[in-house]
Amino acid sequence: MAGFHLQAYESALAERLIAATANHEPLCLRGGGTKDFYGNAPRGTVLDLPALTNATPAELLAAVEYEPSELVVTAPAVLPLAVLEALLAAQGQMLAFEPPRFAVGGTVGGCVAAGLAGPRRRSAGPMHGGLRDFVLGARLVDGRGRALAFGGRVMKNVAGYDLSRVLAGSLGVLGAITEVSLKVLPVPFEETTLVQECTEEEGLALVNGWAGQPLPVSATAWEHGKLRLRLSGAIAAVSAAVARLGGERLPDAVAAPWWDALRDQQLPYFSSNAPLWRLALPPAAPPVGLDGPQLIEWSGAQRWLKSLLPASVVREHVTTLGGHATAFRVHDRSDASTPDAFTPLAPALLAIHRRLKAEFDPAGVLNPGRLYPEL
Amino acid sequence: MTASQPVIAPTAALATCLAALRARFTSSQLLVAEEDTRPYECDGLTLHRQLPRAVLLPGNEAEVAAALSICAKHGVPVVPRGAGTGLSGGATPHTEGVVLSLARLNSFIGIDAVACTATVQPGVRNLSISEAAAPYGLYYAPDPSSQVACTIGGNVAENSGGVHCLKYGLTLHNVLRVRALTMEGEVVEFGGLAPDAPGLDLLALVIGSEGMLAVITEVTVRLVPVPQLARCLMASFATVTAAGDAVAALIAAGLIPAGLEMIDQAGIRLVEPFAHAGYDMNAAAVLLCEADGTATEVAEDIERMSVVLRAAGATRVQVSSSEQERLRFWAGRKNAFPAAGRAAPAYYCMDGTIPRKHLGAMLTAIQGMEQEFGLSCPNVFHAGDGNLHPLILFDDGDPDSVQRAEAFGAAILEASVRFGGTITGEHGVGLEKLDAMCAQFGMAELGVFHAVKHAFDPTGLLNPGKAVPQLHRCAELGGMRVRAGQLPFADLPRF
Repeated sequence: MAGFHLQAYESALAERLIAATANHEPLCLRGGGTKDFYGNAPRGTVLDLPALTNATPAELLAAVEYEPSELVVTAPAVLPLAVLEALLAAQGQMLAFEPPRFAVGGTVGGCVAAGLAGPRRRSAGPMHGGLRDFVLGARLVDGRGRALAFGGRVMKNVAGYDLSRVLAGSLGVLGAITEVSLKVLPVPFEETTLVQECTEEEGLALVNGWAGQPLPVSATAWEHGKLRLRLSGAIAAVSAAVARLGGERLPDAVAAPWWDALRDQQLPYFSSNAPLWRLALPPAAPPVGLDGPQLIEWSGAQRWLKSLLPASVVREHVTTLGGHATAFRVHDRSDASTPDAFTPLAPALLAIHRRLKAEFDPAGVLNPGRLYPEL
Repeated sequence: MTASQPVIAPTAALATCLAALRARFTSSQLLVAEEDTRPYECDGLTLHRQLPRAVLLPGNEAEVAAALSICAKHGVPVVPRGAGTGLSGGATPHTEGVVLSLARLNSFIGIDAVACTATVQPGVRNLSISEAAAPYGLYYAPDPSSQVACTIGGNVAENSGGVHCLKYGLTLHNVLRVRALTMEGEVVEFGGLAPDAPGLDLLALVIGSEGMLAVITEVTVRLVPVPQLARCLMASFATVTAAGDAVAALIAAGLIPAGLEMIDQAGIRLVEPFAHAGYDMNAAAVLLCEADGTATEVAEDIERMSVVLRAAGATRVQVSSSEQERLRFWAGRKNAFPAAGRAAPAYYCMDGTIPRKHLGAMLTAIQGMEQEFGLSCPNVFHAGDGNLHPLILFDDGDPDSVQRAEAFGAAILEASVRFGGTITGEHGVGLEKLDAMCAQFGMAELGVFHAVKHAFDPTGLLNPGKAVPQLHRCAELGGMRVRAGQLPFADLPRF
């Protein structure tokens, strides 16, 4: 069958998921397979979602609905993320949450299911959001084989519970996303990167100070005594901020690839054998003081830590600071001592999670354990 | 149309529940006399009224928890309420239940100027958050037009918008954390002070859940720096289509205005005599387009915007030259509802959202409906978001006029869905749009919504009957639509 037909794809998927539910056969839903490292270890038969469609990237691209003046794009979940990003770039627009790609071959659906955002998170003005803030609608097929549509293709929509945003970061435990509608934003007119030497404490004080002022900050990153600051926006706004803040200006040819490498975790910092922790914190939290090198982003709200400390030590400390710690990249998850990827939930929250899971996946066969052992 | 219903005698369950509540709460916290409960019979949707059996006014979280567990124990429904400014009947009392007002939980827990957050109780008014944050050069961005009166708890329940959503987002984008109680009175926290929380994003479900999933007792919002300057452009257009195209052209040029509002000719003629905003009475539509930021940034944006608007065929473009003039430009738009209130005995404000490209076609369709239903309908809308607020003018003393107004509203919502949009952009479903939900969602999705409610509130006692229609209601409605365009038995109770 030539081309991509959403309904045919959803029917094929529904048939497969109904069978898995009937046979209690655990499935590992997979898009491009670029994020197998994330979450708890995948279990079950791999269900290669793009392979179910038989469609080429060009055929998938033909199924995308995109009108730049609406700031909305609707794409099949199995579309390669790189194809979508190229389509937007050609119109001077972008995914403002700068999803990390980690490797070549990721899909739009995998990007949404992982729910991760890149350096632009927590920046000034309109671009402060995480991935879920840009999700307008989604379709999925759940474990009962139902093709469901939530949200829509418009900016404002309060009809029905906001389930499309719950799919962001759900790691496939509720179903396979088949289509998403995302809000997109124009690429800023101007982008400049400044760099200065400072300690961790000085860096945190600086980024926290900037966050409370009308400055066009679009990313911050502190690592190994160096603080990089990206400014984006109207030409006048960026040049005024550069004049006011000072610091050494990085040439664009150096800065742009550096931010991309940070986004995709290709910087030397990320190549290490020590477990990589992602600490999500209130931005004004003090230096965490845990043993291991750090890379601090998002005005202090996202701190990467390479550390051999026991998981319980990292988790307890980060929790006392008002945040949570994710074992983001662990080299050998087959080891029995491997910590759960995510901070455990309070009992009342876990109870709600379990009831939601039971509705979408009554047999518990969709990505079992990937998010939490109980789901 | 649900008219005021007669007061019915308390059922046995409600009577024992009220006795238990009386033992726990003072007479100033538990209102039962009609003269005290009458103000709670409706919210901003005055078409639906129901005198509550009792109104509870707890003063802190522990009292809210006590009230909930007493009601849960007796199986009595609870309708949470903020300031009662909602426009969809989300706070309309339940015939067998009690109203739980969160108005007295109105304290500031604290403002953290470094983290740029404010933590407040649900009864704190929207505007007062910005007032309290002003000394730090910060404010809370979402600004529904009721912001003087509406509370943050109600904003979270409805996922309220405002005129600055295009650039600054909805309530959803500006709330970090919600502390709430389940129907059983158990504390549960959604989101947090970090940029995300572990697990599924239940905060996204709670925001906009119309008081059906949990009762909010504390909210942490994100504050943003107050822009140094804001200036507003006012542009006239000869046709609504040209104005709609100008909106698309602004976005296509890479501009994200802080506010982008449109008023059609009927709207202009409605508000201008009332607000004296200086609107062009001969224009088919006026666009208000605001830039904010530093002085240099605003100057650059205003220049770009002017060029785009002129190229898009604006017949007149004015730029505010002072803060006073900017506020005057906005005075017309912001006074559209009171102006409608003066122009007719009553008005019915709709809230559909459509893809912007269909604005012209939608307005043409509404003009056709004005003829069909014999009522006039000026339009004001958040053009940047495609969120329309048609104001159907009618006579609430004339049952025929009321019926035509409701049919007109339903036709607008159906057109919104047909154009690929939604039945509600920012006002919520409540009781008002239960039937329209049947047009927007299939049975499977509606079934999932009921399951979501059950996952949070297995008792089903929190604000029952709102936001999600019962499946058999949609089935019956579908059948009736096939037989006739007009709904028979329009006076049957809705649930």
